[in-house]
Amino acid sequence: MREGARHFYFSDWAWQFGLGGSMRQVMTAEDLNRVVRRIANEIVERNHGADNVLLLGIPTRGKPFADRIAAAVSDIESSSCAAGSLDIGMYRDDLDSRPRTRIGPTDIPSPVDGADVVLVDDVLYTGRTIRAALDALADLGRPATVQLAVIVDRGHRQLPIRPDFVGKNIPTSMTEHVSVRIVPHDDEDGVWIGDEVLS
Amino acid sequence: MNHLLSTEHMPRDLIEAILDDSDEFGEVLTRPIPKVPALRGRTVATMFFEPSTRTRMSFEKAAKALSADTVTFSPSTSALSKGESLKDTALTVWAMGVDLMVVRHSSTGAPWRLAEWLDIPIINGGDGANQHPTQALLDCLTIRQRFGTLDGLHIAIVGDIKHSRVARSNVFAMATLGAEVTLVGPPTLLPVDVENWPVKATADLDAVLPTVDVVYLLRVQTERGGSSVFPSFSEYAERFGMSSERFAALRPESVVLHPGPINRGVEIGHDVADHERSLILAQVTNGVAVRMAVLFRLLGGDHDE
Repeated sequence: MREGARHFYFSDWAWQFGLGGSMRQVMTAEDLNRVVRRIANEIVERNHGADNVLLLGIPTRGKPFADRIAAAVSDIESSSCAAGSLDIGMYRDDLDSRPRTRIGPTDIPSPVDGADVVLVDDVLYTGRTIRAALDALADLGRPATVQLAVIVDRGHRQLPIRPDFVGKNIPTSMTEHVSVRIVPHDDEDGVWIGDEVLS
Repeated sequence: MNHLLSTEHMPRDLIEAILDDSDEFGEVLTRPIPKVPALRGRTVATMFFEPSTRTRMSFEKAAKALSADTVTFSPSTSALSKGESLKDTALTVWAMGVDLMVVRHSSTGAPWRLAEWLDIPIINGGDGANQHPTQALLDCLTIRQRFGTLDGLHIAIVGDIKHSRVARSNVFAMATLGAEVTLVGPPTLLPVDVENWPVKATADLDAVLPTVDVVYLLRVQTERGGSSVFPSFSEYAERFGMSSERFAALRPESVVLHPGPINRGVEIGHDVADHERSLILAQVTNGVAVRMAVLFRLLGGDHDE
């Protein structure tokens, strides 16, 4: 009964985005949990602890992942690790051709200067979001290092940008659509792939 | 949204989205480098056919904080003094390649005419006694930052309502956001069609003071005939000025706003203007953030998904 209800909701959601029945799930909620814990461990390992680490999620879905990674890091290190958010809406290089940018919050919990900043985003694709994030970060200060954590790397980079921490490499065609969903931004956790949304 | 001409008929979700953006652009203004590249390469023209310091400077600061270029038109040094019409002036500036115009004009409706003539976004920077939408948005932002919402607040707008585009814009924006608005002023200075406005009206300021959350004081506008409809500044101050005594009659959490420039000793007492619960300077700061949000929405992007 519960499964049926959930399935109905998902179909409704998929229909709403014009995806029909062609979505397939490639990561479950449990998969995402494991990925978050592994990335947290890798961040702690790479940075010899987390004292100087500043996690910044890129809105909208980078932020809840940054929060979860921060919670996992706090568990590992037995000290609190907070995550902030870094909006890139004002830094995009394609405002002319893609005038649908949403402005999200920028909230930097501790100084950027000298910190080991880990940018967190849900999907790494062309790399243009990360380029914009590097510009935004440069206006806020001078970090010691900047690292990149992504939940899904789907390929098709257009810029010389590579992630330091990857949840899952998912080779895709450019006509496919990768949908990452995370609570509390969405009402469930998981990753789906489907045919590109017609819009 | 293609232009920003009036707060009347602006949907609530649009106003709230602009205020949400304004909070984010306000954060940009607090950074060590208060500038983002969002509108790099765009040109904003400020066309002020009527004197203005703060609104024009605020728009220019907002445009520059978004990395846009600005060009300024001022009538005293322009070909207007050679008899060029509004339309020809606007077409000339447009032909130079500007992407957006901010227009202030003493005639009601001038920005609407420009929006018909030109195919670029127009922002109404104040037209006659009609509308001044960015002022209303920055006022609503200031109130929302203080109280969290306008829903259910009681706001008194005090003074020369009839000649005030600030009052007109604010009434509609505040009512749309759920505030209860009371106009306070001499009957001669209430608008003739006040029964069509979403407000109450009274001439007794002292009666409303204990029930209001916000007192919005309007400037006494000598240049629009304000002084000819009441006997003297001192009598105005006596009946409608926010003196220290009246300020003391407010509830402890209530605040005072004023669009500026203030006439100390007329509509606002000297001490009141500098009080912590007088938000006049916060309004000015918020003005830049709101104008950034509006410029970005018209030139850079919108929230349609």
